[in-house]
Amino acid sequence: MEIIATYGTVFMVLAIIFGLYMTWGIGANDVANAMGTSVGSGAITVKQAIIIAAIFEFTGAFIAGGNVTSTIRKGIVDTSGIVDQPEILVFGMLAALLAAALWLMIASKRGWPVSTTHTIVGALVGFAVAGLGMDAVHWGKIGQIAASWIVSPALGGFLAYLLMFSIRKLILDTEHPFESARKWGPAYVFLVGFIISLVTLFKGLKHLNLELTVMGSLISALTFGLFTAVVGWLLIRRVKVDVAADQDYHFASVEKIFVPMMIFTACAMAFAHGSNDVANGIGPLAAVASVVRSGGEMAQTSELPLWILVMGGVGIVVGLATLGYRVMQTIGTRITQLTPSRGFCATLAAAATVVLASRTGLPVSTTHIAVGAVIGVGLARGVGAIDLRVIGGIVVSWVITLPIGGVLAALFFFTLKGMFT
Amino acid sequence: MSNGNTFSRLFGQSPFTSLQEHMRVVQECAHEVVPLFKALAVGDQVLVKEIKDRIFELEAEADRVKHELRLHLPKSLFMPVDRRDLLEVLLLQDTIANTAQDIAGLLIERKMIIPDFLQKNLIILAVRCVETCDHAALVIEELDELLAMGFRGREVDKVDVMLKKLNDIEDETDELGIVLARDLFDHEDQMKPVDVMMWYQLIEWIGDLADYAEKVGDNLRLLIAK
Repeated sequence: MEIIATYGTVFMVLAIIFGLYMTWGIGANDVANAMGTSVGSGAITVKQAIIIAAIFEFTGAFIAGGNVTSTIRKGIVDTSGIVDQPEILVFGMLAALLAAALWLMIASKRGWPVSTTHTIVGALVGFAVAGLGMDAVHWGKIGQIAASWIVSPALGGFLAYLLMFSIRKLILDTEHPFESARKWGPAYVFLVGFIISLVTLFKGLKHLNLELTVMGSLISALTFGLFTAVVGWLLIRRVKVDVAADQDYHFASVEKIFVPMMIFTACAMAFAHGSNDVANGIGPLAAVASVVRSGGEMAQTSELPLWILVMGGVGIVVGLATLGYRVMQTIGTRITQLTPSRGFCATLAAAATVVLASRTGLPVSTTHIAVGAVIGVGLARGVGAIDLRVIGGIVVSWVITLPIGGVLAALFFFTLKGMFT
Repeated sequence: MSNGNTFSRLFGQSPFTSLQEHMRVVQECAHEVVPLFKALAVGDQVLVKEIKDRIFELEAEADRVKHELRLHLPKSLFMPVDRRDLLEVLLLQDTIANTAQDIAGLLIERKMIIPDFLQKNLIILAVRCVETCDHAALVIEELDELLAMGFRGREVDKVDVMLKKLNDIEDETDELGIVLARDLFDHEDQMKPVDVMMWYQLIEWIGDLADYAEKVGDNLRLLIAK
C-alpha cells in the first residue's frame, strides 16, 4: 500500500505516457487500416477519412467502448490473489502497455500485419503468468477471445458475401442498374444506421444511464436508421448519370451512387474501431488510474473517467495526423480493384462484426475482420485477385505476437518491480 | 515479408486489367495488317517496311505486357476465374500478334508481290479478319462488367450473344479464305510453284488472325464457367 502512496503520481505519469504512446500507435496504423477499404475504394479522400476518424473513433469509444475496456481492465487478469499488493497490478498494466506499444512499433515498421488487440492480450497474459502464476489468468475468457479471433473474420466475410450477393441481385443484375441503385441505395444506408445503432443500443447503455427495453432499442435503431436513410437519399439524389464513363465501364454511374453511401460505412467503421480498439490503449491506463486514485483499492468498480477516454481519442487523432496519414495515402493509391460497391459491402460487414464484438466485450482485430470481409467479396467472385499470402502473414504474426507480447510484458514487469520495490 | 500495408498487399494487381491492356496492344498490332497489304498492292515498299517495323514493335510490346502479367500471377492469388484458363486466353491473344508478325515478316523477307487476281479479295479477307479481332477485343472489354456481376446473370447472357456473333464472323472469314484459295489454285499454272505455296501460306495466316480471335472468345467461355 505504501508504494502506491509514495509513487502514485509517478505511476500515473508513466501510465499516461505509455497509454498515449499506445493510442498514438493505434492511430498511426490500426485506424489507417480500418479506413483502408473506404479510402482504397476512392469513395472518400484521406483528409475526409481523418476527419471522420477523429469524430467517430471518439464517439465509438465513448458510447460503445465500455465493455471491451472492462474486459481488458479486469476480465483477463484475476487480481483476487494480490488484494494486499495493488502495486503488482500497476506494474503489470504498465508493463503490458509498454510491451504492446513497443512491439506494435517494431512490427508496423516492418510491415507485419500485427494486431494491436492480439499484442495487448498476449502482454496481459504474459504479465499475469510471470507475475502471479498460471492460475491468475481467466483462461475461459482467453479461450472465448481466441475463438472470436477466428470466428469474427469469418463472420465478416460471410456478411460481406451476402451483401455483395444482394447488391448484384437488386441493383447490378437488373434492366436499369442506375435506377435500381437510386431506389435501393437509401435502403442500404438505412441498414448501416440500423445495424450499428441496434447492436450498440440493444437493452440500453449502462454508463450513460440509458435504459431501453428490447422494443425501445428496436424503435430507436429504426429511427436512427431512417434518419441515415433520409440523409443518404438526399445525397444519392444529386448523383447524375455519366454517359461517357458508362461507355467504358457500364456500371460507372452505379458506382458513383455508392460513393456517398460509403461515407456512412466509413463513419460506421471508425465508430466500430473506436468501440473496440481504443480499449487496448486506455484499458490498462484506466486500471492504473483506478488503483492509484483509490489509494490501493483493487475492486475496480469505478466507472471509466471521461478524461481517459478523451486522452485515448487525442492519442489516436495525433497518431493519424502524424503517421496514419501516410499509411492511408499508400492504401488509397494502390487499391484500384476495390470499387465503391465492393468497398461498401466489405466495410459494412466489417463494421457490423466489430460492433457486435464490442457489444459482447470481446477484443477483436479490426484489420483481420476487414481482411475477412474483403475475402468474402472475393468469394462472391467480385475481386480480380486477392493475394492469399497476406493471410499466411496474418497467421504467422498471430503465432509470433502472443508469445512476444507476453515475454516482453513479463520482462518489463520484473524491471518495474525491481525499480520500485 | 515485404514492406507495405496489409491492404495494399491483399489486393494483387488485377489480372483482368492487364489482360485487357494486352488485348488492346494485340488489336493495334492486327490493325496494321490491312494497311500493310494496301501498301504492298500499290507497290510502296518504303511504307511496307515502315508498317512491318510497327507490327514488330507492337508484337514486342504485347510480349512485354504478357510477361508482366505472368510475373504478377503467383499461385497464391485467389481469383474469381481459373488461373490456367486465364493464361490460356492470354496465350491465344498473344498468338494473334505473333501471326501478324509472321505475315509482315514473310512479305518483307521474300519480297512478295500481290498477283492482280488476288488483290481485291485478299484485302477483303484481311479487313474481315481484323474485324474479328476487334470483336474479340470488344468481348475482352466486358471482363470488368463480368467481374462486377460475379460472372453471372444478364452480363453473361450479353457476352454469350457477343460470342455467338464472333463465331459467325469467323465462319465468314473461312468462306472468304476458301474463295481466295480457289482463285489461287485456278491460277497456279501461270505462277511459280513456290509463289503458290507462299501465297497459300499467307492466306492461311490471315485466316489464322480470325481463328485465334475466335479461340480467345471460346476460352473466355471456359473462364466464365470456371
